[in-house]
Amino acid sequence: MEIAGNDAHVMTAREAGLVGCRRCARVWPLGTQVCGRCGNRMTSRDTRSLQRVWAWWLAGLMAYVPANLYPMLRTRTLVSSQEDTIVGGAVELAHHGSYGIALVIIVASVVIPLSKFMAIAYLAISLQRGLKASPHQRLGVYEIVEYIGRWSMIDVFVVAVLSSLVQLSGVATITPGPASLTFALSVIFTMLSAQAFDSRMFWDAQAEDRNQSKEQTT
Amino acid sequence: MTSSPRQTDLSALIACPQCDALYTVAPPEPGQRATCARCHTVLIAPRRKAGLNIIALALTMLILSVGAAVFPFLRISVAGLSNNASILDAMLAFSGPQLILLSLATAALILFIPIARAMLIVYVLGPIVADRRPFPGAARAFRLAEALKPWSMAEIFALGCAVSLIKVGDLANITFGPAFWMFAILVVVVVVQDNFMCRWSVWKSLETTPTS
Repeated sequence: MEIAGNDAHVMTAREAGLVGCRRCARVWPLGTQVCGRCGNRMTSRDTRSLQRVWAWWLAGLMAYVPANLYPMLRTRTLVSSQEDTIVGGAVELAHHGSYGIALVIIVASVVIPLSKFMAIAYLAISLQRGLKASPHQRLGVYEIVEYIGRWSMIDVFVVAVLSSLVQLSGVATITPGPASLTFALSVIFTMLSAQAFDSRMFWDAQAEDRNQSKEQTT
Repeated sequence: MTSSPRQTDLSALIACPQCDALYTVAPPEPGQRATCARCHTVLIAPRRKAGLNIIALALTMLILSVGAAVFPFLRISVAGLSNNASILDAMLAFSGPQLILLSLATAALILFIPIARAMLIVYVLGPIVADRRPFPGAARAFRLAEALKPWSMAEIFALGCAVSLIKVGDLANITFGPAFWMFAILVVVVVVQDNFMCRWSVWKSLETTPTS
């Protein structure tokens, strides 16, 4: 809280004719291409970031469909052999009474990925259309997406642990199904999609509004 | 905030990486945090003796991850049959032509990327703590360590283990091996180390001591 400045008149680096490095926060004169401190490539606003966001988003969605259709786990025991999709596996767990674990799986593998697709689409559309959303709200959504997204990987790790552990020849074996690959890809693609955002653009719409209202009053 | 930043020394300014707000740097006391007034991103958060602590924790992480990878992790036994699994086995669980990619990705996410980050951080901070010149390529090394941060998923793997335990817990007897406890400590160390890390201070010290 030691840094000077107040919420009403925040000057951005771009307004000051500077460009800030997103990796190390150092500022340079506008037009500098590469940060002299950390070597990161810099742009004042990455206007092509939304294209990358949409490309990764689409790739993630395409990988997410087979991830739900194909089996995630193949369980073979003495008496039976069974293939479980993500949702099927969770339903199975709920039948056995492990509601907590079923809930974790459903949240990590269905609720989080789906809400992530929607949240990223909302952010990208609101930037493209210039919707008047509060930047605080948009940054909040963005930070949640960035923070939570990684946790979807949990289901892939569960498959990895189970199939290395449950290798009791004859009695029970668990092997991973093809959905584990597409699900992992889907998580990785959506993480890349969220990382592609230039979050500074969330605040520009607000700044433009303020400038316009200033011009009208003077 | 100055009226004409052009004339001032640019190294005395800081731009918020999330929202581009511009501030003049007023480094806070150790233990305090300077946050962006607009989006509340933490900009500077120095800690006393942070460098030494981070290096110590990074070395701890290295030892723990090697141990966690090699020793047996979980042991399953049912009806007289038993099987030990180490983290290496978990990585290699995805066998077969398509799933080999997934094996590599899992190996990277739960072990190699955390290990690589720890080594990069020691490489970057070692000379700084010793008041020497940074090693060549220190800036690039720290940039890589930062870029790899979201891809280091040890803590997610730990939760994944907990979920799998409960999943098979009622079908078979599961016992923890030494690697399980190493991994549990490792997850805590990762979080503590991240708490000590002030990115801005690291970049600042990389800048003031000339690289060559």
